Amino acid sequence: MKLDYEELGLKVGLEIHVQLDTRHKLFCNCPTTLVKEDEEDVFIRELRPARSELGEVDPAAILEWRKRKKYEYYAPRSASCLVEADEEPPHELNREALTIALAIAKALNMDIVEEIHVMRKIVIDGSNTTGFQRTAIIALNGYLTVGGKRIGIQTLCLEEDAARKLGEDRDKIKYRLDRLGIPLVEIATAPDIHTPEEAGKVAFRIGQLVRLTGRAKRGLGTIRQDLNVSIRGGAKTEIKGVQHLYLIPLVVEYEVMRQKKLLEIRDELLRRGLKPEDVSGEIYDVSEVFKGTKSKIIRRALSRRDHGVYAIVLKGFKGILGVEVQPGRRFGSELADYARVWGGVGGLFHTDELPGYGISGEEVGKLYEYLGADPGRDAIVLVADHRDKAYEALKAVIGRVREAFKGVPEETRASQIDGTTRYMRPRPGSARMYPETDIPPVEVTGELLREAEKYVPEPPDVLMNRFIEEYGLSRSLAEAVLNDIRVDLFERLVETYRGRVQPSIIASTITNTLKMIRGEGAPIENIRDEHIEETIKLLAEGLIAKEAIPEILKYLAENPDSGAREAAEKLGLTTISLEELDRIIEEVIRENMDAIKRKPNKAFKIVMGRVMGKVRGRIDGRTVAERVKDKINNLLKT
Amino acid sequence: MEYLGYRGLVAERLSRLGVGVGDRLRIIRDGRVFEGVLMPREALYGDKPYIVIKLDNGYNIGVRYTGREEIVVVGRRGEKRVKPPEIAQNPKLPHVTLLSTGGTIVSKIDYETGAVKPALSVPELIEWIPEIADIVYLDAREIISVFSEDITPKHWELISREIYREMKNGVNGVVVAHGTDMMAYSAAAIAFAIRNKPVPIVFVGSQRSSDRPSTDSAFNLKAALLTAAQAPFAESVIVMHGETGDTYALAHRGVKARKMHTSRRDAFQSINDKPLAIIYPDRREINVINKIIEHRSKDKEPILENRFDDRVAIVKAYPGFQPEIIDLLVDKGFHGIVLEGSGLGHVTNRAIDSIKRAVEEGVPVVMTSQCLFGRTDLYVYSTGRRLLAAGVIPGSDMLPETAYVKLSWILGSKTRDLREVAKLMTTNIVGEINPRITVSLYPRWPL
Ligand SMILES: [Zn+2]
Repeated sequence: MKLDYEELGLKVGLEIHVQLDTRHKLFCNCPTTLVKEDEEDVFIRELRPARSELGEVDPAAILEWRKRKKYEYYAPRSASCLVEADEEPPHELNREALTIALAIAKALNMDIVEEIHVMRKIVIDGSNTTGFQRTAIIALNGYLTVGGKRIGIQTLCLEEDAARKLGEDRDKIKYRLDRLGIPLVEIATAPDIHTPEEAGKVAFRIGQLVRLTGRAKRGLGTIRQDLNVSIRGGAKTEIKGVQHLYLIPLVVEYEVMRQKKLLEIRDELLRRGLKPEDVSGEIYDVSEVFKGTKSKIIRRALSRRDHGVYAIVLKGFKGILGVEVQPGRRFGSELADYARVWGGVGGLFHTDELPGYGISGEEVGKLYEYLGADPGRDAIVLVADHRDKAYEALKAVIGRVREAFKGVPEETRASQIDGTTRYMRPRPGSARMYPETDIPPVEVTGELLREAEKYVPEPPDVLMNRFIEEYGLSRSLAEAVLNDIRVDLFERLVETYRGRVQPSIIASTITNTLKMIRGEGAPIENIRDEHIEETIKLLAEGLIAKEAIPEILKYLAENPDSGAREAAEKLGLTTISLEELDRIIEEVIRENMDAIKRKPNKAFKIVMGRVMGKVRGRIDGRTVAERVKDKINNLLKT
Repeated sequence: MEYLGYRGLVAERLSRLGVGVGDRLRIIRDGRVFEGVLMPREALYGDKPYIVIKLDNGYNIGVRYTGREEIVVVGRRGEKRVKPPEIAQNPKLPHVTLLSTGGTIVSKIDYETGAVKPALSVPELIEWIPEIADIVYLDAREIISVFSEDITPKHWELISREIYREMKNGVNGVVVAHGTDMMAYSAAAIAFAIRNKPVPIVFVGSQRSSDRPSTDSAFNLKAALLTAAQAPFAESVIVMHGETGDTYALAHRGVKARKMHTSRRDAFQSINDKPLAIIYPDRREINVINKIIEHRSKDKEPILENRFDDRVAIVKAYPGFQPEIIDLLVDKGFHGIVLEGSGLGHVTNRAIDSIKRAVEEGVPVVMTSQCLFGRTDLYVYSTGRRLLAAGVIPGSDMLPETAYVKLSWILGSKTRDLREVAKLMTTNIVGEINPRITVSLYPRWPL
């Protein structure tokens, strides 16, 4: 489906979160590292939403609380303390993190807040032991120029990262506390983005800018993107947790598709003359219909106490639930999300996909008859589960169906790996922030601003000049580096290995080489900055030849847990000495003496080819050619 | 002048504008415009020249006030009507009264101003912790409103009188909400002030304030109400978290309890004794794990003896201790001194003359140990023997705080006769002295 985004009135705003690489966390003295294995303390907690003075509670908070989940926290001793465990008040705001945030604010042409106040933002899914995230607005009203267009930057916040989710079972969610409290900058753009591609470009630019402070964390999960997407007539949808930059355009495209489809569904409902009040709230027990069913899910549900099959009738909805709203997701999938989130059930069945899933056509017929519904007009939704859960699930489904008459409901959705999204929770209300009184406000002094100066990233044109003039890159290579997220890594490596490795080799490793091995099928998303750094180090130390770089990176992409040195050794790509090279050349000459004698003028080609087959990547090709030429000349002379 | 927590020029300007918290302001300086809702200023920072506003996105920022700003009031805060929640209670459940001494068991947040207000009505409590309605038939009221650190022996007289009244009215238990700092002192005081208790008195508090979702207040309150309603003992206890997680609470005998951590949920520990019970509020279970001294019985007539002498002091021994501290207390007319001695119960030999003088002037001097764990013994070393000879009353394994409360109570409610005071101080009245300290009663590091 080709979409005309301008006509659809697409508006996208981004929220980019980047972890900062500070010595310690935002509100305590723990290091900002994630642990693999460590001694851990484990404890279980509950969270309870605080009431507002008006008796209101945030709808998102109520949802979490209704699930009555407990949270099990794993507190690694090397990376968490009483502060993360919510057993000690937070310390003062980390000045190092603040300085970096101020530097980013300057680079984004923002108005810096004169006195910073830390707030508590209520989040009660357990990912914060406190039940709120500590966050402060650092700067307002900036902009960034991308492709000649000004994109507004609304806010820059400094906030604590949440705990890492380890897993979930029936009654509790498990989190590890090492990530909790790592400083994050959150940069929110205005809804100035009008195409999916532009969303990708802006996200990339912001991520790169933060990395250019030299103080951003690298690696998987250190940058996270949230998107706010709407089209004309639709609704602002918040999409959480897009992990990869390259997914952003796709996620936007699919969300546009979804909103457009939902609007079409609305129009179709109106065309059919249906009204929200026609959607009956009645829930029926239809277990009897499925007594002898072949459906495993239903059979299992029926065998348990207080379980059954429950149904609602959607009059006039036939066909609507089967409408595809995103690739592989139908309107029925949207309803199923609500059933899962609000009722805690595994899913639902609807008649637009039946017979199927072990449910026979005969049973569907009986079902319509049992409920007095019209198989030609009406749709039926089924949930097979515990009675209470099924009721909650179906109530949520009814609520969602009524929303369909308005079109697109305001939702917070979770990004999935294929670019589609699923319903997560209602959009949080505005009543969810109050001051963090344990932390004193911070005056932004001239001294702080001067300190920040050292982290302010250079603008792209300054970088471009340096890459060409100082590092001797060609214009096209310089551009490629500048358009790569790893531009900061490039600068750092050039700095470190100056005089030992040519900047152009580093540049093409980061850009061309990775692109090339991806073309060969290597999973380069596994390549971490450390992989590249170690490889360049091997080159600088003369342990590998530059020809070995692609092979090593390919190996690392497939075996991301090993190091570059290990890869070089495993692949036999460590350099060989000149003596060894001579020995190999002599051996090759000996083995091919007949051929050489037959065609002396092809001698070089024959020997060179075979020698290179043995030493490729382990020694510079030019050296090999010189030695081979010498040896052959000597041989032919005698 | 001070205005909404602001001082100086900011306060003047704001008061001239007549704006209140929640009113909408636009502050303009050099073309920069800040618009948001006026927030009150925390007094500690009131001298700094910033105006705190809440932006539309919910964040607060401080805008510097230089005097050049144009400030426009663009809107006034609307009236908000708060409808009290309606809740039905089951009168067949045990009747428990919750007496509040200040602090916030339940808080309501005003998201517009950031203010946290206490809420203590029964409907508000039940709205926040619906489980309560399944455990007890609750009555609640505030009897005083003071910070924990401002509690005085005079307050104990008032608190005990209110508890006594509830007991006479036939409640099944009393819960006292109290700040944690001085809670152990108050719980000990009530243990002495009301004896022959028919029902339990349960002190409860929180280490994480109730305006946060992670508060320990709700869990502790559930455990305390359960204890008050169902526990087989009728003692003055503290019920708080038993560990950092929300799994079980412990009931510590007030006279044996001590706050041992500044901030953890499980700050309270029993010293030289086991807790009285483990409480699982979710399972509605109370496991008694220590010997009960006073059993619950509806037939018992409570005895109120609630005078406390507020001329008692605790004095801690330390290297270089100045004996004139004791002289000063005697000269100032103090009625009793509790020493927090070193080790088995020692103070410097240089202080013995001063102590002797105190005793001679009728001021009882009680010796406890700053080790907290273990019992005093004044016979082992010569200093101890000299202290005994000077008339010091050994405090056995009593906590210094408990000894202080007990001495204050004896002097206020019982006697100022030195021999009688000594006799009562060394007699175990409500479990404050544990005659048998087993090897297990000492915390150890796991290996
Ligand atoms: Zn920490």
